[in-house]
Amino acid sequence: MSTCHAFKSNDEALTMQRSNAWQPSATMDVLRQRAALLAAIREFFAARDVLEVDTPLLGQFAVTDVHLDNLRTQISGAAQPYFLQTSPEYAMKRLLSAGSGSIYQLGKVFRDDELSSRHNPEFTMLEWYRLDFTAAQLMQEINELMQYVSDAPAAVSISYQQLFIDQLGVDPLADDAVGQLRDALSSYSSLADLVHREDDRDLLLDLAMATVIEPQLNPKQPTFVTHYPVSQAALAQVNPEDPRTALRFELFYGGLELANGYQELTDAGEQQLRFERDNQRRNSSGKLKAVPDVRLLAALEQGLPDCSGVALGVDRLLMVLLNQSEIEKVLPFAIDRA
Amino acid sequence: MANYSTNEFKAGLKIMQDGEPCAIVENEMVKPGKGQAFNRVKIRKLISGKVVEKTFKSGDSVEGADVMDVDLAYLYNDGEFWHFMNNETFEQIAADEKAVGDAVKWLVEQDTCTITLWDGNPITVAPPNFVELEITETDPGLKGDTAGTGGKPATLITGAVVRVPLFVQIGEVIKVDTRTGEYVSRVQK
Repeated sequence: MSTCHAFKSNDEALTMQRSNAWQPSATMDVLRQRAALLAAIREFFAARDVLEVDTPLLGQFAVTDVHLDNLRTQISGAAQPYFLQTSPEYAMKRLLSAGSGSIYQLGKVFRDDELSSRHNPEFTMLEWYRLDFTAAQLMQEINELMQYVSDAPAAVSISYQQLFIDQLGVDPLADDAVGQLRDALSSYSSLADLVHREDDRDLLLDLAMATVIEPQLNPKQPTFVTHYPVSQAALAQVNPEDPRTALRFELFYGGLELANGYQELTDAGEQQLRFERDNQRRNSSGKLKAVPDVRLLAALEQGLPDCSGVALGVDRLLMVLLNQSEIEKVLPFAIDRA
Repeated sequence: MANYSTNEFKAGLKIMQDGEPCAIVENEMVKPGKGQAFNRVKIRKLISGKVVEKTFKSGDSVEGADVMDVDLAYLYNDGEFWHFMNNETFEQIAADEKAVGDAVKWLVEQDTCTITLWDGNPITVAPPNFVELEITETDPGLKGDTAGTGGKPATLITGAVVRVPLFVQIGEVIKVDTRTGEYVSRVQK
């Protein structure tokens, strides 16, 4: 565990202002490797005829995800606030519905309340959508991208359920998953107090994933975790073979969560329901409701083609490739120098 | 005492945990991209000195601890309590054996110590980094050893035992680093 030091104490901050805060967070060598990575990603997609797009970062609609928060801003003369996008997903899906074909976006996104040695509130995301790809086909393409930009070994896959059974002896899909999770997690002294206070299944699953399971994944082995519980489907299709799970996957490598992907939900009615469910959960956890993006819903009604999509954290990929444990070491200027 | 939200957590913040005032040593957020964020926190319990790890749901609040450090001059020990005084206000505070702990062997009258108060009561006493104490007992040793190699144990007036160079004799005053318990130098009287 390393200390979060993106924001320094006042004394440190003053010292920095006098001395070296104007200087980059990363070395010039790292910045050259960063540029090479961005160039290699564009080459990879150009060779596959995937169209680069750059959708707006300022949008009228915020994300409804319970655990994501947009930064909010105001444009002079505009009646409503604008939101810095947490991912280009909604706008990219509108392009897909308008007939763009397969597309990718490589650019900045913003998230409030995310600051640590592995989080910067502004970061670079690679997000792409492949028409007629299943989740499995998209994972294969992610693997090929990883091979193209690094000497990473081929990724392995394990289901979310199997991973929890192997690492924690808990079946996350069982009817008594909450009891199993509380029993297993309360044996960790650093978690026991929290586990004692909480009985929400998704919270306990997230706690187990972030503090017990993720740290045990082999950092030298890119690993896809597939078939997340349907309660964590986000914008993924429900798995037709086991409706307790969704066609959602994540990629872990180098001790970091690198990518999150879906075989995309295309049903406008179901999307509307998920927006409403998200907002109920936001409400009960004391957060502001997000106005559902009606333009995304209209696009889905028009028809989102069958596709799979994934978002990959480019700064984190660079951290793994360059063996850096702090995100600021791969950014031109981290938030404390922005 | 005010409550603190996890997003106010930082090293040095004093919070209550397990009924004991604690200082945050390290704070790190972990968060599955689409999931709940947590703060993993290393805290030092200020009475027992134990360092433990705790995990909080980000956004939760924790009770703050009314803990402050004050610099006070050591006066005397009455057999049960050690008495300290604020040299500006002349206000006195008595610390018990539990609060004084290991600092007892470094207490020199009129030296300024840092006393940690919880709800106004002393819970720990930290001596100055360097103290000067007289040697009451040590082996006469060999004359002529000036390199300071080898060394020998010496008992100080407070009962502390430190290793000193062979040439240092009974009755001399030496300077000791209280953080390591090591001899620094002789002091000219």
